[in-house]
Amino acid sequence: MQNYQHIGHSAVRVDGKEKVTGAALYTDDLDFGPNLLYAEVVEGPHAHAMILSIDTSEAEKVHDVVAVVTGKDFPYNFGLYMKDRYIFAQDRVRFFGEQIAAVVARTPHAALKAAKLVKVNYKPLPKVLCPVEAIAEGAELLHPNLKNYQHVPWFFPQPDTNIAHHRKIRKGNVEKGFDDADFVLEDTYNVPRYSHCAIEYHAAVAKYDLSGRLTVWASSQSPHTQRNLFANALAPLGIKHNDVRVIAPHVGGGFGSKAGVTMEILAAAIATKVPGNPVKVLWNREREFYNTYQRLGVVAKLKIGVKNDGRITTLKHDLFWDAGAYVEYGANVVNAVGLSAIGPYKVDNASIDSYCIYTNLPPGGPYRGFGYSEFLFGLESHMNRIAKHLNMDPVEIRRRNAIKEGDLTAYGAHMNPNGLHKAIDAVEQKIQWNQPLISNDPNIAIGKGFSLFWKAPAMPPNAASSCFLKFNEDASINLLVSGMDIGQGFLTVMAQIAAEELSVPTSKIRTENPDTDRNPYEWQTVASHVTWGCGNAVRKAAIDAREQIIELVSRTKFLPKETLFLENERVKCTTDPSFELLLKDFIINGIQAEDGTFKGGPILGRGVFMPEYTSTNADPETSQGGHPNVHYTVGAAAAIVEVDKQTGKVRIRKIVEAIDAGKALNPSLVEGQIVGGVLQGISTVLYEEMKFDHRGKMLNPNFTDYKIPTALDVPDEIIPIIIEVPQPDGPYGARGVGEHPMIPIAPLIANAIDNALGIRITSMPITAEKICLTYLDSQKKSSI
Amino acid sequence: MTKISFILNGERRSLDVEPYEVLLEVLRDRMGAKSPKCGCDSGDCGACTIHLNGRSVRSCLILAVEANGQEILTLEGISRHGLSPLQKAFHERNVFQCGYCAPGLILSATELINNNPHPNEHEIKEAIAGNLCRCTGYTPVVEAILHTTKKE
Repeated sequence: MQNYQHIGHSAVRVDGKEKVTGAALYTDDLDFGPNLLYAEVVEGPHAHAMILSIDTSEAEKVHDVVAVVTGKDFPYNFGLYMKDRYIFAQDRVRFFGEQIAAVVARTPHAALKAAKLVKVNYKPLPKVLCPVEAIAEGAELLHPNLKNYQHVPWFFPQPDTNIAHHRKIRKGNVEKGFDDADFVLEDTYNVPRYSHCAIEYHAAVAKYDLSGRLTVWASSQSPHTQRNLFANALAPLGIKHNDVRVIAPHVGGGFGSKAGVTMEILAAAIATKVPGNPVKVLWNREREFYNTYQRLGVVAKLKIGVKNDGRITTLKHDLFWDAGAYVEYGANVVNAVGLSAIGPYKVDNASIDSYCIYTNLPPGGPYRGFGYSEFLFGLESHMNRIAKHLNMDPVEIRRRNAIKEGDLTAYGAHMNPNGLHKAIDAVEQKIQWNQPLISNDPNIAIGKGFSLFWKAPAMPPNAASSCFLKFNEDASINLLVSGMDIGQGFLTVMAQIAAEELSVPTSKIRTENPDTDRNPYEWQTVASHVTWGCGNAVRKAAIDAREQIIELVSRTKFLPKETLFLENERVKCTTDPSFELLLKDFIINGIQAEDGTFKGGPILGRGVFMPEYTSTNADPETSQGGHPNVHYTVGAAAAIVEVDKQTGKVRIRKIVEAIDAGKALNPSLVEGQIVGGVLQGISTVLYEEMKFDHRGKMLNPNFTDYKIPTALDVPDEIIPIIIEVPQPDGPYGARGVGEHPMIPIAPLIANAIDNALGIRITSMPITAEKICLTYLDSQKKSSI
Repeated sequence: MTKISFILNGERRSLDVEPYEVLLEVLRDRMGAKSPKCGCDSGDCGACTIHLNGRSVRSCLILAVEANGQEILTLEGISRHGLSPLQKAFHERNVFQCGYCAPGLILSATELINNNPHPNEHEIKEAIAGNLCRCTGYTPVVEAILHTTKKE
């Protein structure tokens, strides 16, 4: 085991002091001076309708109104993976609350007042609110132009249907697998939509200055991707990539909602109509619910065959995703699940059909877990039910099937090194799985649950990270990266990596959220990949800087390179203990030679990382042949719950979760992800529920009616366990852990409730009401 | 317009406000106190928590005119003299992630400790139950407060 000075230590967050003092500034905290304009959007009151006419004349008359813009001003489409989205609705609206126009005014009050005066005539169209209905014969088409949308080569839209993408896996012989099975279980699982509920709203301020420079300040997980999409969408206006600058202040929570581009493009586009004035677009809590990405809903049909010893012979998984009105990002959730819906198991015969289906509900998009929480609800419920039928221990059936390094994934690539079996053992032991649970209260049933999880980063095969490392005169460092610290502690870990390679304290490394003019390229902060991807780039940049330092000292001090090393902000020599050169004495101004001249100059490190073994080139009918995922992060979790038989209320006594981080670069931050992610998972299974009425209007877009947990709703105990089986191409062996902690929680709780009460609930959320009614129903049936 | 004045973080401030202006907006947009945040605008999330005469309140639910003659404390006021023991514990233990709920949470916890120097776990959870946090799972917050307030 290598001895590290910084890696593996729980360094204090580099942004910690800002955050505990109130110094941390978020987008809406920035001041933009007296010229700041405010934009208010006009929303469509139909889930599906043609726009016949828009009359802005009354709105334009309101005092302090500067401009009113509509779809006609921006006849452009855009999108991350498929260009199916519009800045403002064009000929039709496709979800309730979609933006049709915006009023720009000197005050928020004037903008709001005028927005209400924009008159729009609609012709309502039949709407489709359910994915299964949307693919029925004769269903209303949401995107008649689907066949003409540009998209990435790994999507397969089906023209003249509502299917925007269909990912298929065909591996082995599924039918023979069912024939060989001793037991087959088939059922359907329903997972509804969820909202991210970052506490900070989406916010964007854009300024198109009089020289044609477009600057956007945004609460963002994706500054460079936003720059790219803004520049591409606004290219008809003559805007080039280097005309666009995205500045990302602190982000008050992302969870996927601030990835890609949603409302930020409104600010960018509107600004071009009011040159010289910054324009602010600020969402509110209601719009956070119905006009940003939502987690996609899914109807998942699952059929698994097993032998009597519990070994899986075959798996068939059909997933019908409610992807919403625009799927430019959400279709990749569908794709990711299509590739991985065998779960963390060795499955020789598999068939997966993952359908991305347009519906007249808000656009589905990335949400922590990227589809894996959704399919694991069914899969991990199924594994427990199969174990119950076979009279096997739920841990044992998982152990028997759990994937190992070198086993083939659903698409035929080899599974990466991983600690899944170690995680199973660790969790089983820590929760004392074999200890009987006895309730002293006849009204309280106690149960235990178990679940495995896995997840791979879902990203283009050539998603890249880069880093510049600049020394200052005092040998302090500015580390320039474009990953976003959205709370996970990314910047702290990047500082630790540079500190490790250069032997400087993390306190001397300044690293901040990016400005695309200043910081080099990063694809996006999503997919739990930045610690791995950007971490590699930072390490390379630090090594690059170190090599320059060693080279300079070697040639000016006439010492062999291999004898020089860095320690404690100094260059030292293995063969001459008396030699030491302080970095600050030469890191900018060079080293003076005996003839009085200077050698060297400012040390600048540069690092780039892109995986060079990934490919999406595969047979679209089987998905065999490519290597779409870089690696999977795996783990296991167990829970002990109490259920009140009379009220259905669940109290979670204990959750143990083990995750294979490869190498925990900062254990305290990894544990923070586990504890926070577990509660977010609990919230989706026990509390949260988006309600839509028959018009497709969300009924509970606020924290009064859409409940997320408070401090009083936490489990009695959450025990995080870190497993470390190194990832060969990860920095120090690290792989991502940000999304994963919440992924196993829904089936975990469902399994524990079944264990407590003998009831199986196959639709989320599993509210107290649902538990109570299901339990009463089961008691009636058993008494008949 | 009505002229009002209040003590903000120890300093007397005066300004003219419209009767409909909300205290949160006035503090942020006209007084430059940016630590109180808006997360719901309806009193659900607690991100706008400030102290009004030593009691924690939701500044999004209070009209600016109601603050006339009162004493207001925001996180900026607490931080002026360096980190309080509570802030120090939050900092050293890497409690916060995105940090957006931190100003409100610290104000609620500070009020608790002012009134009850050695709260138990349930009292802590009760005191911060009005401050929503989506990142931390609350457990690190509660542990840090317990750590700060435990009896020697």
